[in-house]
Amino acid sequence: MQKRIIYVDNAATTPLSKEAFEAMRPWLTERWGNPSSIYSIARDSRRAIEKAREDVAAAIGAKPDEIYFTSGGTESDNWAIKSTAKAFASKGRHLITSAIEHHAVTESMESLKSEGFEVTILPVDKYGLVDPAELEKAIRPDTILISIMTANNEIGTIQPIAELAEIAHKHKVLFHTDAVQAVGHIPVNVEELKVDMLSMSAHKFHGPQGVGALYIRKGIRIPPLLHGGGHERGRRSGTENVAGVCGMAAALKHAIETMPETSARLARLRDRLIEKILQIPHTQLTGHPEKRLPGTVSVVINYIEGESIILLLDRYGICASSGSACTSGSLDPSHVLLAIGLPHEVAHGSLRITLGDDNTEEDVDFIAEKLVEVVEKLRAMSPLWKG
Amino acid sequence: MLYSDKVLDHFQNPRNVGEVENANAVGTVGNAKCGDIMQMSMRIENDIIVDVKFKTFGCGAAVATSSMATELVKGKTIKEALELTNKAVMEALDGLPPVKVHCSVLAEQAIRAALADYYRRQGIDPEPIVGKIEELDHDDEHDFGH
Repeated sequence: MQKRIIYVDNAATTPLSKEAFEAMRPWLTERWGNPSSIYSIARDSRRAIEKAREDVAAAIGAKPDEIYFTSGGTESDNWAIKSTAKAFASKGRHLITSAIEHHAVTESMESLKSEGFEVTILPVDKYGLVDPAELEKAIRPDTILISIMTANNEIGTIQPIAELAEIAHKHKVLFHTDAVQAVGHIPVNVEELKVDMLSMSAHKFHGPQGVGALYIRKGIRIPPLLHGGGHERGRRSGTENVAGVCGMAAALKHAIETMPETSARLARLRDRLIEKILQIPHTQLTGHPEKRLPGTVSVVINYIEGESIILLLDRYGICASSGSACTSGSLDPSHVLLAIGLPHEVAHGSLRITLGDDNTEEDVDFIAEKLVEVVEKLRAMSPLWKG
Repeated sequence: MLYSDKVLDHFQNPRNVGEVENANAVGTVGNAKCGDIMQMSMRIENDIIVDVKFKTFGCGAAVATSSMATELVKGKTIKEALELTNKAVMEALDGLPPVKVHCSVLAEQAIRAALADYYRRQGIDPEPIVGKIEELDHDDEHDFGH
């Protein structure tokens, strides 16, 4: 008998929605025209891309000509950060970010240091929140860009982006946000948030992998990251991923339409699971208790190690993840868990369960039941556990 | 990252878990900060390891290498146990991913730490026999804040 799979790693990637698949199908089969060509089947591709651009723009309150399709969140973050630095280097060489960003942001920042830029990394509190007052203090006359993520991928904490962006603008500094985990899950509107640039990735909201977008507010000029044939109005070269952008737009449209119902349902499941997990002794919630993504359950379980938890859960068909060193391929646990003040040994016992559209109450109860067994088994063999 | 079937088997069904009663050789290596601690306890009689058990805090490979190491030294003489290398542990597990090789080193060290303890209990300086081992400092074993 095939083992039942309970997929609860939706912050890593999400299954492709039916809507996205149907929107992609024609462009993967009978309609292959290069949108840059001039014959009729190519014009169909061009029209499909522009329709997708309108839909993606509408989903975040932007104008279509403020949306640039990319290969995903990583490219969008790299482009926003590196090209802003390049464009404004004559004005200043100082950038600000937070201690809990995705590696696409932290490594982009890091790469700029070797080119003579300075980076201030803002600390976060125990819930993972950036203090707006700290941000204001960190701004200098030579600050050119602030990049702070909308919602965290490991602990689910949602930042007060509108407030942070307002501070940036008061000091005439550009504000970018990596909203990869937020778009399609919580309301994200660029007019309300007043951000200048925003990164998103299709496969985090049931679109395909390998496609994303960068929103760039009208009037902001940053040079391209990728040079070539001048696609995306000269700002992002490379033949368009027609199927990808159509899938992205359809997935996002569906996610936005169903968001009120889905997010309320996921938040109920999330809170039910958190409550059950915290009944296990020596466990602790990570991230903010309320300001968190509707599907994100993140905890640390003392005296045991994360990879072991994941491997044992996998035996029951449960697909989850951890920020322990052993899952990151280094000796240090996740920088996010260390930034919220957890000691190394506690951070090694992290477990992240990110719920999605397909999960049910039955799944959540099964996970909680199996987790109790897994924790008992691992603690029984842990030299740290004195039961 | 791919684990061999043998690694997964030893992780999911670890052999010789626990602490040996009346142990006369106990060693602990690693530290919680790095995410791996291995404790080996043994009963040694007439130079032969008649029983050995382990307790490990760590990843799948840490548990599997501990389990395999106990199997490889159980019933062996001290001399044979001292010849156990991390490479032998890895080979017995059909290999480890490169980032997990350090787990097999820790397993070898844990065996040596237990044997060092055996000599120390008899007033014999273990270093010339088992070599230098970085044993766990029990004073800062962990900091879970409870």
